[in-house]
Formats: sequence, C-alpha cells, structure tokens
Amino acid sequence: MTTWTLLIISVLTLAGFFLGRARAVSLSRAGSENLHSMPPYHGLLLAAMGLAAAAIATFVISLTSARDTLLMPAAAAVLGTAAIAVTYPRITAPFRARNRFESLVKIVLIACSGVAILTTIGIVLSVLLETVAFFREVSPFEFLFGTHWAPTSSPPSFGFIPLLVGTLLITFIAILVAGPLGLLSAIYMAEYASRQVRGVLKPLLEILAGVPTVVLGFFAALTVAPLIRNTGEGFGLVVASESALAAGLVMGMMIVPLISSLSDDIINAVPQTLRDGSYAMGATKSETIKRVVLPAALPGIVSAFMLAISRAIGETMIVVMAAGLAANLSFNPLTAVTTITVQIATLLVGDQEFDSAKTLSAFALGFVLFCFTLALNYVALRTVQKYREQYD
Amino acid sequence: MIDPFTAKRYRSERLFRAYGAAALAISVAFLVYLVVDIGIKAWPSFFENTVALEATLDPAKIDKANIAQGDFTGVMKDAIKAQFPEITARGELKKVTGLLSSGAGDDLREFVLANPALVGTTVKIDALLGDSADLFIKGNVEGSSLDEQEQGFLSSLRDKGLIRQHFATRFFTAGDSREAELSGLRGAIVGSLLTVLMTLSLSLPLGIAAAVYLEEFAPKNRWTELIEVNINNLAAVPSIIFGLLGLAVFINFMGLPRSAPLVGGLVLALLVLPTIIIASRAAFNAVPPSIKEAALGVGASHQQAVFHHILPLAMPGILTGTILGVARALGETAPLLMIGMVAFIVDVPKGFTEAATVLPVQIYLWSDLPEVAFQSRTAAAIIVLLVILFCFNAIAIYLRKRYERRW
Repeated sequence: MTTWTLLIISVLTLAGFFLGRARAVSLSRAGSENLHSMPPYHGLLLAAMGLAAAAIATFVISLTSARDTLLMPAAAAVLGTAAIAVTYPRITAPFRARNRFESLVKIVLIACSGVAILTTIGIVLSVLLETVAFFREVSPFEFLFGTHWAPTSSPPSFGFIPLLVGTLLITFIAILVAGPLGLLSAIYMAEYASRQVRGVLKPLLEILAGVPTVVLGFFAALTVAPLIRNTGEGFGLVVASESALAAGLVMGMMIVPLISSLSDDIINAVPQTLRDGSYAMGATKSETIKRVVLPAALPGIVSAFMLAISRAIGETMIVVMAAGLAANLSFNPLTAVTTITVQIATLLVGDQEFDSAKTLSAFALGFVLFCFTLALNYVALRTVQKYREQYD
Repeated sequence: MIDPFTAKRYRSERLFRAYGAAALAISVAFLVYLVVDIGIKAWPSFFENTVALEATLDPAKIDKANIAQGDFTGVMKDAIKAQFPEITARGELKKVTGLLSSGAGDDLREFVLANPALVGTTVKIDALLGDSADLFIKGNVEGSSLDEQEQGFLSSLRDKGLIRQHFATRFFTAGDSREAELSGLRGAIVGSLLTVLMTLSLSLPLGIAAAVYLEEFAPKNRWTELIEVNINNLAAVPSIIFGLLGLAVFINFMGLPRSAPLVGGLVLALLVLPTIIIASRAAFNAVPPSIKEAALGVGASHQQAVFHHILPLAMPGILTGTILGVARALGETAPLLMIGMVAFIVDVPKGFTEAATVLPVQIYLWSDLPEVAFQSRTAAAIIVLLVILFCFNAIAIYLRKRYERRW
C-alpha cells in the first residue's frame, strides 16, 4: 500500500503544479489585468496544497490500524484532490500566490529547524522515563553511592561508583596524553609552522580525527594492550590483558586532533597586537607564547579541554573493545576497569526484556552520561562564545 | 658576543619549539604506525590458497537430473584423498579431508551447475583450503591449529606444486560466515550503503532547511537562541546516547523493525544533523551580503534571493560539510549496537527494512571472534572501511578546492 500511496501523492503534486501553472498562463493571455505572481508560483502553491493534504491524510491513517488497507491511498487521493479543487478556482490575476507559497515554505523551514529541539526532547524523554522506572525498583541512593556493580548476578546490585571511577581513570589517562600533545601541536602549528608545513600537517591530523573509533579499538586491543603487557612484565609488573592504560592511551591519541584544532583556532584568535607588544619588549617567541598568548587564550583552552573530557567520557567503541567488563573499583591504570559506556553497550546488546531492572539500568547510566556531558559541553561552549566576543 | 642569560633564553626557545615539533611527530607517528600495523595484519586476507585437485563427478553421487542435491563435499573429499593413496587409517584420512574448507564442495557445485555436461567426467578444480591450512601456507604456523601430521600432509601437497594463491574476490562478494575463509564483506557493504543513503536523504534536506531558516529568516529572539544552543550541544552529545534514543523511540515506541537500515539511517541522520547544520550555516555566512542585496535591489523577494542566489553559491560548502558528516556516520558503531544491528546475518540485505549490519559493526563482530584467521579478516575489513572513508574525504577536499571562491 505504501508504494501506491507514494505514487498517488507524487501524481497529485505534479498534477497540481501543471494545473495551477496552466490556469495562470491562460489568465495572463486572456485578461487585461496583470498577474500578481508568476505562473509557476500558482502551480507551486497548488502542488503544495495537494501534497500537504495528501500527506496529512496518509500520516493520520498510518497511525491507525487501517495502515495496510486500501483506505490509505484512497484517503490520500480524495483529500489531495479536494485541496486542489478548493484552491484552483481562487487562482485569479490579483491572487497573491507567491506570498502564500512563501509563507508555506517558511513554515516548513521552521519545522525543519525544530527537529534539533525535538531530538533533544526525544533524548531527554526516552532516557528519563526509563530512568524513573529504574528508580522505582532500585533506590537512587544505592545507585549513586553503591560500590558494587553486578547487574546480571542474583540478586543484582547496581552500585555506580566503580563505573564512575573506571570512566574517570581512563579519561584522566586520555587527557594526560592528549592535553600536552594537542596543545603543543596547536602552538607549533599556529606560531611556528610555515604555510607549507601547516598544509601537510593539518590534513594529517584531520585524518587521525576521522579514523573510526572501532578501528582505534581494534588497534588498542590487539597491538597496544599486548605491547603494554609485555613491557610491564619486562619490569616485573602485573598487567591485566585489558588494562585501563591501553584504552586510555589510544583514546588520548583520538582526542589529540580535537584539542589541537580547537586550541589552534583559539590561539589564532588572540590579536596580533598583543604579540607585537611583547616582541617590542624584547621577548623571544616562546616567552611571548608562554607569558602573553597562552594566558590570553586560557579560557578558550580550558573549554577545549572540557570538550575533550566530554568526548572521552562518552567514547564507546575503544573501551568496549580494549577495556574490561569487570567492574573493579581500582585506581591502578594497569588493572582492568569498566566504564559507563561499556556497561550501556553490553547491557543493551542482544535480546532484552524491557521491564527488567538490568535493561533499565542501562538507561539510568545513559541519563547520567547525558547530564555529565551536557553540563561540560554547555559550560565549554558558553566560555568559547564569551571569549570570542571579547576579542571580536 | 651573547651574554649567558640571553644564550639560556635562546636555548629554551629552541627547546620549546622542539617540544611542539615532537608533539606533532608523535601524532603523525601514531597514525602511520596504526595504518601500517593494520595493513600488515590485513594483507594476507586479500589472498586465499587453493589446492589443485582432480574431482571425479561420479553420476552415482551426483544425479544428472538433480545436480543441486549432489554430494559435492564427498566428491571433494575423495579428490583430496586421492592425493594420498598410501593413507588408509580413518583418523588420518579425516585429517586429510579436514584441510579443505567446508565451502570447497559448494564451489564445485556452482561450477557444475554452470556446466551440467561435466557430470560423469573428471575435472580439474582449485579447491579452497580451510582457515588453518590457509594460515599455515601463509606462514602463520603458530596461528594455525594444524598438528604435525596435518602440517606434513599440507607440506607434501605444497611440494607437489598443487597449492596456489589467488586474489580473494570472495572477500568482497560473499556475505558473513562462521568460517573465516568463506566470510566476506558484501552484506556489510550493502548494509552500509543502504544506511548511509537513508541518512543522507534525511539529513541533507533537513540540514539545509534548518540552516537556511536560522541564517536568513530567523528573527533574533529567545526561541532562535534556544535552537542554536541546542544544535551546538547536540553536536557534542555522545553517539551512544543517540542509540538509546533510537532504541526507545524508533523501536519500542514507533515499532519499527530492529536491526534494519531504516532505523540505523534515522539514528545516524539525527546524529550528523547538527554537523551538517553548522557546516551549512558557515557556508551561507561565507557568501557576501552584496549578492543578496543586489537580488533584493532588482526586485526579488527575500526567498527568491535566498533560493535563487545564495543557496547555489553556498552549495559546494554545504556539500563538503555533508560529505564529512556522512563519512562520520559511515564509521559510527556504538549507536548501531543499541538498535540491534549486531546480528549475525549471512544474506545480503535487499531493502531498508531487512535485518542488516554495517561495515564498522562487522569489524566489531569479527574482532570479537576467537579464531586467529578472523583477526586478519578484521584488519582487512578495516582497510576497506578506511579506503572508503579516504575516498569520501578526498571528494570533499576536491570539492572544496574546485569550487572554493574568495570574494
């Protein structure tokens, strides 16, 4: 039925356009009066009316149980034809078809920009409702302050602290790697590198940023983790085969391009006059960077780091593939830890009943993750914006 | 004559510069190491080994009237046994036939189905080796699980010159399989294609429309500001959250089919929409206001000025941003795990509502398998994904270079 309905809608739309245009053309040929709108606009208006009516009819029917019957194409045809028939006689020389059509277009544009809001509402609602259902079964206190996470054992326990510690541990390692590397790269690119060098290095960093995280996860699990394990054992250390260090290191490399490109923009936005002032006082380039440029760029750099932290907290594939599943409460980077995202992924992959506390807990974790990253992003974006205004 | 203090300052200047260069060098070295390491792991998977055998198409085993039901696996087993006439013990014979892939019989079946006149004759055919034998021939002795006796049989076949290496077209034309040597990427590539098509057809019009409105028509008020803040924040929401959204809204609430490219495309469209909107707005911003003013000056309406003049000029920028967004969607895994695109699917998907998987998810699935042979397959799938992404980026860069205008 869907094919038929789509066919009818397209035929109606086309028919509306040609009917409207033809009527307007004949009016302009016959009448002494000038047309207000060009003939195609009359056609477009008629087509839009037909399309809208037929689409609304289809949408309403598709919500009911008559979805797969002949009713759907029939309703689309009837309503669409009716809309065209009602509008058709209104086409006269002074009819303001263009203005009508343009206001329809504007409504469509507004609706499209509203999709972003709808997405946010959808995310908040879908995560929040399941979280509320989860907290009916498990007390929020136990969830937020419990130190034992075992959703599949019986009785299950939902203490979130080990996941939080694991997430923060891996994020900390990642930022420890990405922070200095990203910032120094940005400084070099913005202040030292010649145009040609920049032209080569910037795309390379963009390629690194574009490597899918599943690839990095594979690399972390199969190359970096054994490397760390062997090195650690060489020093007589006990290293888990899925250590937090391996996941953190690779995640750090993933974030380097993010920090460097954001910091690069921010350093470039520092006015040249500040640098010139410093050079005039006899400072070397590095002194200028350390004492003038970086302090001026500090708010922006801090927010770049915050965006990087939020990215690291929300990253999934690297940790799913390279970090463990066992919820150890540990600060040792050589042990296996698990993260919020790993648990969401493992709880929701495979068959699931939607009312079990196990599945719902994944949404509660998602809610925590969403709030965490949203807060970081919001503050970071506000800071960047304020900072931009300061130097604009 | 430089005084010691100045010399010290210059030294620290050089040191600081070296730190910056070193930081960049580390990033680049990491990238090179990553690609080379995966490339080395992947290389063997683009080739497969076969053993040249003479298969007797005995009419007793293969009914001329019903070729498809014939016992081709038996024929292949007999053919490889014929290479070792001195072996009679059951256990050893089993080891000999175990060298062949379980797909060898199917290959022969296809060959005979195409040439039915061959039944009753003896044909020369290259029979595919199993994954362990394949690994051994490729030199990965530790990875292959052959015992010494099996290694002996295989070596004697090799010494007779019967083993040949071919380019593994099967890797691109077959669907997924539990057997490493039979598995291929076709299903995943088609699934990725369908998903990306869905993503593109939704997010491009939506993104352009939203950008046009925000950049050209929106009044500066709280509502507009809310939308803007929203879009910027959505661009930084972790992708796995979009997976939760897809699971709760599209699958549980709207009842769309699980594991389908339709749902995957919807989720990814929402995921890349903010990126496309931001890129499109930047493209609109880059068009000088004089163009619009000239159009308005000769009597165009606001919408005519936008759609007839600004949009076409901004289009290369919009397309560049869109291609980069789609490339990101193509490499995205986590949200698709949530909506069940992780099933083991042998058949190549034929429509938007059929169960499918995509390239990154296929990589994830294979990387989880314990067989050593799948490690190399995973790496090869990664190389395929990276090549596709590289092409996308190359197109984007070409577009930017070709159509970029300085006003």
